[in-house]
Amino acid sequence: MSTQTRPREDLKKKKRQEVVNDFSIQVATVNGSGSQSSNNVLMRAIFRMGVPISGKNLFPSNIAGLPTWFTIRASKEGHAGRKKDIDVLIAMNPGTAREDVESLEAGRVVIYDEKLNLSKIRDDLIYYPIPFSELAGEVVKDVRLRKLIANIVYVGSAAELFGIEMTEVEAVIANWFKNKKKAIDLNVQAAHLGAKYVAENLTKSDPFRIQRMEKTQGKIIIDGNSACALGSMFAGVTVLTWYPITPASSLAETLADYLGRYRMDPETGKATFAVVQAEDELAALGMAIGAGWAGARSMTSTSGPGISLMAEFVGLAYFTETPVVIFDVQRIGPSTGLPTRTSQGDTVSLYYLSHGDTKHVVLFPATMKECFDFSIDAFDLAERVQQPIFVASDLDLGMNNWMADPFDYPEKPLDRGKVLTAEDLERVGTFARYKDVDGDGIPYRTLPGTDHPLAAHFTRGSGHDEESRYSERPEDYTNLMDRLAKKHETARTLVPEPIVRYTKGAEIGIITYGSTDVAMEECQEQLRQEHGIEIHYFRIRALPFTDHLKDFVSRCQKVYVVEQNRDGQMGDLIFLEVKDELGKIRKVLHYDGLPIDARSITDQIMAYERG
Amino acid sequence: MATSTPKPKKVNRLGLALSEYRGRPSTLCAGCGHDAVSSQIMKAFYEMGINPHQVAKMSGIGCSSKTPAYFLGASHGFNGVHGRMPSLATGALLGNRDLICVGLSGDGDTASIGLGQFCHLLRRNVPMIYIIENNGVYGLTKGQFSATSDLGSQLKSGVINDLPPIDCCALAIEMGCSYVARSFAGDPKQLVALLQGALSHSGTALLDVISPCVTFNNHESSTKGYKWAKEHEELLHNIDFIPYFEPIETVEYAEGEMQEIEMHDGSHIRLRKVDQDYDPMSRSGAERLLSKTRESGEFLTGLIYVNPVARNFFDLLDFSESPLATLPQEKVRPGPKVLEETMQELM
Ligand SMILES: Cc1ncc(C[n+]2csc(CCOP(=O)(O)OP(=O)(O)O)c2C)c(N)n1
Ligand code: SF4
Ligand SMILES: [Mg+2]
Repeated sequence: MSTQTRPREDLKKKKRQEVVNDFSIQVATVNGSGSQSSNNVLMRAIFRMGVPISGKNLFPSNIAGLPTWFTIRASKEGHAGRKKDIDVLIAMNPGTAREDVESLEAGRVVIYDEKLNLSKIRDDLIYYPIPFSELAGEVVKDVRLRKLIANIVYVGSAAELFGIEMTEVEAVIANWFKNKKKAIDLNVQAAHLGAKYVAENLTKSDPFRIQRMEKTQGKIIIDGNSACALGSMFAGVTVLTWYPITPASSLAETLADYLGRYRMDPETGKATFAVVQAEDELAALGMAIGAGWAGARSMTSTSGPGISLMAEFVGLAYFTETPVVIFDVQRIGPSTGLPTRTSQGDTVSLYYLSHGDTKHVVLFPATMKECFDFSIDAFDLAERVQQPIFVASDLDLGMNNWMADPFDYPEKPLDRGKVLTAEDLERVGTFARYKDVDGDGIPYRTLPGTDHPLAAHFTRGSGHDEESRYSERPEDYTNLMDRLAKKHETARTLVPEPIVRYTKGAEIGIITYGSTDVAMEECQEQLRQEHGIEIHYFRIRALPFTDHLKDFVSRCQKVYVVEQNRDGQMGDLIFLEVKDELGKIRKVLHYDGLPIDARSITDQIMAYERG
Repeated sequence: MATSTPKPKKVNRLGLALSEYRGRPSTLCAGCGHDAVSSQIMKAFYEMGINPHQVAKMSGIGCSSKTPAYFLGASHGFNGVHGRMPSLATGALLGNRDLICVGLSGDGDTASIGLGQFCHLLRRNVPMIYIIENNGVYGLTKGQFSATSDLGSQLKSGVINDLPPIDCCALAIEMGCSYVARSFAGDPKQLVALLQGALSHSGTALLDVISPCVTFNNHESSTKGYKWAKEHEELLHNIDFIPYFEPIETVEYAEGEMQEIEMHDGSHIRLRKVDQDYDPMSRSGAERLLSKTRESGEFLTGLIYVNPVARNFFDLLDFSESPLATLPQEKVRPGPKVLEETMQELM
């Protein structure tokens, strides 16, 4: 998309004008070189200066040796989406250094290992060469250790250059390495050497600066997988069955850690949970469904390839009306796709997963708070409507670092849904597993093990009547399917409502969902400031749609649906919902595997607007 | 529960009649081996005095997998998807470890589409009974070969199977299964004793039961038909089962003529020697036996291997003694302090 009106500050000309708390730092390293802790120290030190940050790890599908980029964005406005341009490059990877330098805009900063000799490549950048490995060598002799320590040297150098207080760097190091005194001392020493070298040998000639502010007090930094894990623990999950896959593994692993710490019964010393790493995703979901059938709060977490494998079992859970929660931390498909790149490409698959007439409930968290809250909601919903509930996250939400307010303790008690106990059966006197007693399409269930002559029923994935007997009678089948459709309508009233913001005078509407939302505030600002355009905003938080959607579309003259896949999958679902107003809808798409950024959205919308 | 006064003959120790262990009327072909197995399941659960509400019947897809509808009608059942009963059963037991779980499967369901899940269930030693109703054919899809069809066996249509069979018992031993038996639907006495033994076992109990398909694999040349099985069955031993709640009468046997095995729940299995020395508590002996029968084509039935003290999956997970499914909110939702602590760590 071409952009004529994009304002481009030429930083060289404005040398003297400072850019405070609004720039991005990219650290280019090699996968497996141990840069994770130093990147974290740098990010958290800025955060402790009160400056809002976000941290994105662009990593290869590889264990060691391939290039990795970690990008920290400091934004006084709190913009957490990806920023397209990099302002400061810390070039530690000889393999990509040239390309990394070439891709910078003029006037940007390169901090690099002296040996790489990068300043010859271009003359319109600001260069700070630093002998990282020599400095590291002053702290440790061991070659392998020296590599690790070199990482923390650049943290110190960056701190000195941009005004990040060393006391904060030290505090983060102490936190990160907890009680390992020796590691703390080594790292602190190395950071100081990095800072000292800059102070004594370099003259600052760039405009970027971090200045203390008050915007991060009481905030946390967390990734979406951890937030979902915490939500699941507070939802009272008891059975977690899963199979490793990027980018979903850390959800299950973090949850297993938390459960081990906080869910041992103090009276018996026994776990109040079971975690099983299954042999594949079929078994993972099969176990979760079996557990859900037995009455446990059960879940699995996976990504695209696992979702494909789970299709048959999802249909079983749907048709037998068995609660289960499935987290899909999406990555790029089809097939293996790119395991370490983000996407919203499973939207339609999730909604209709499995053969026959099926449609499911899918929740789309967009923030860390929602990752936590929706995880809890998902378990309540699964048991309330007795069907699989998907939580659709993605790699950007799931594995990157986000600033957030601490989560609120859930107020609502667990909703265990319509389960009849032996006492209930005694009182009611009748039971038919699939009878719509309440008119909401949701039947009652009994759990195996219930000691009452009325309790037993035979759950089956084959056609069944209200009593769960096998039936091929046409009316039994249509009654069942119609009731399931009715249940779907009930679910519509139970899922999280959309976030809707109408703006006075706006004519254009924008619809997003999930991680696409993080770029929207900034995009809205760009549209307003650069083009004088106001918008109405609608963020979908679940499928099926609530009634608000039609209303929104009818109040806008034009609606842009922004999402991160090639085909505009949510756009297609919206087409089906607002058939009369199809002409209003435009798709704005981003699908290169990098998290969506505001600039790309603004540019695409403006291209449409100009016609 | 055992009482000293003899009970009236027609009820078990819970006061339930055999008829109370029935299910819905079978819709299988008349004479199908699977119905004979169902009868022995009812009998074994009746004899053991198991409360039907404690039972979970699990199955995959196939004629064999339909049978849970035809026994123990007072128990919950779950007829899932083809080849995936092991995972459903594992999950159900994770949710409620008090359930007495019996899984029904076919040779296609287990040895073809479900081979992976079958192996992993055995590896984990999930405490349940796993019955393969093995007819060497896909019954429900009308007579295709399965992975247990014998080499050279012939379909009615004349098609010959040219792939070697998977021996589910040998595989089970390889996978670490702690109770492995082979039986025959036409040998009710042995089958019921093996089922009772399975019910008193604390890990996975695998029963590979030759269960003829009268419609597709019971012809003259069939190696899994009634005629063939009756003519070829060789007993590894005669089996008596003495449940823990009944007094053991001491019987005199000559040295080496009888082996008595104490099961996990205190029941006893007595194996009376037929004509060979065989110790089912030896894993390597079991492996030798099965490799010998694979070569000779013998059809040996009985208790092939048992380890009554093997650690099961629950021991390994070391989780709550009361069912996870019904733990109250106080046990499963940590308090606000825990949330506060985790938030502090992230600041
Ligand atoms: C995924 C899937 N593929 C194929 C089928 C069709 N199918 C139903 S039963 C069956 C074979 C059953 O054979 P077996 O397990 O030996 O049971 P039997 O009928 O012989 O007792 C097949 C292939 C299915 N139900 N699901
Ligand atoms: S087709 Fe074979 S296996 Fe199926 S019911 Fe008939 S006899 Fe039994
Ligand atoms: Mg079969």
